[in-house]
Amino acid sequence: MTESTGTARVKRGMAEMLKGGVIMDVVNAEQAKIAEEAGACAVMALERVPADIRAQGGVARMSDPDMIEKIQAAVKIPVMAKVRIGHFVEAQIIESLNVDYIDESEVLTPADYTNHIDKWKFKIPFVCGATNLGEALRRINEGAAMIRSKGEAGTGDVSNAMMHMRTIGAEIRRLSSLREDELYVAAKELQAPYALVKEVAETGKLPVVLFTAGGIATPADAALMMQMGADGVFIGSGIFKSGNPAQRAAACVKATTFYQDAKVLAQASRGLGEAMVGINVADIPAPHRLAERGW
Amino acid sequence: MKVGVLALQGDFREHVAASQSCGYEATEVRRVEELESVDSLILPGGESTTIIKLAEHFNLFASIQKKIREGMPVYGSCAGMILLADRIIDGIEGQKSFGGLDVTVRRNAFGRQVDSFESDLTFNGTLLHAVFIRAPWVEEIGADVEVLSTAAEHPVAVRQGNLLATSFHPELTADLAVHRYFFEEICTGR
Repeated sequence: MTESTGTARVKRGMAEMLKGGVIMDVVNAEQAKIAEEAGACAVMALERVPADIRAQGGVARMSDPDMIEKIQAAVKIPVMAKVRIGHFVEAQIIESLNVDYIDESEVLTPADYTNHIDKWKFKIPFVCGATNLGEALRRINEGAAMIRSKGEAGTGDVSNAMMHMRTIGAEIRRLSSLREDELYVAAKELQAPYALVKEVAETGKLPVVLFTAGGIATPADAALMMQMGADGVFIGSGIFKSGNPAQRAAACVKATTFYQDAKVLAQASRGLGEAMVGINVADIPAPHRLAERGW
Repeated sequence: MKVGVLALQGDFREHVAASQSCGYEATEVRRVEELESVDSLILPGGESTTIIKLAEHFNLFASIQKKIREGMPVYGSCAGMILLADRIIDGIEGQKSFGGLDVTVRRNAFGRQVDSFESDLTFNGTLLHAVFIRAPWVEEIGADVEVLSTAAEHPVAVRQGNLLATSFHPELTADLAVHRYFFEEICTGR
């Protein structure tokens, strides 16, 4: 029996198992337990949720390995962790901890304003953010095994996630409508490799799982993203910055499964207490918008 | 025969597609009425704790247990294997399962994601390519359980009566041998 680990199939396959689920940001073992108990399909271990990174400012980096290991010890579901865009040494460190997935994330301060991490070099799979199809395909070309629309993290404002899902969907639909001999120029315009552009044109979908993230704060937001074609949902600040995290987390899990059932959604939306306060993306000065990080 | 795929979380769409490729009508099951309309059930890969929580909340838990007891053919891959096992090691505290399969299953037995692998193995005498993702294995089997595949010296495909379980994910490959075995050897006559 010859076994191969770290193949594209097992990396992308891992993301397939997360589909239809909610991945929750947690900052300690106690929150991780609450997330698991609520039915999260994975947790993202980080030191500060995006809302706090935004409020406190400064350089945001990968989390302390001690903190990540405490969370790994606390739960049985997959544990993910974030590294800075282009910071391949943070990724090497996180990989050595046997985390299940790395998020090369715009929520942290970028380490490289030109290059992303060469993700093919790692056995551990990566998820990366994208605001449009070209960006998604560039990340997949670098080895990303899962894509999430970026949204605007730490705001509780779902409008950017919506825009990114619409953009990615519209660009995929456009590719499917093109003649074969038009795909070369389409690849040039998308600034993406021709082979991936051709694959998307033929299959009508990304070659990897597409989650959504950034600004999702309510069961209705989660269901909105699922109805827009997301395979699943990341919820960052939305849960543990709200009044009743356990209940809101469970409600978002239900809403992600029953996203087409308004009665279940109404039930899940009842009595959740205070949602995170939120910031309108329009009120954030352009240089401070996280979604614009990534190239 | 109408095949149902439990669609609470995980890669249920791939199982629907594999069932359709085998020539069967397949539908997603999220509620009791949908369960009542199918002749067999597939439990997909995903997170076993998430699937159980949703099944309990939406009253599917007892209904699925009843169907298993009544002899409905059920196939579980990976998380699905955990959901069918009578006993679970390394689950969350007090982790529940539908049960029915007289085995002890160790959750994430092969390790974390860096240890996920693909490999050739023999399933019921035929060679196939299998994908294992944070996969469980079978630690102990009851007298009535037949072992159909072995990896790392542990059973990774088992059958007991109308119940079939694999640690690996045939729905992620183009090889339909496991699905065909389920439909042709277990579901026949339905």
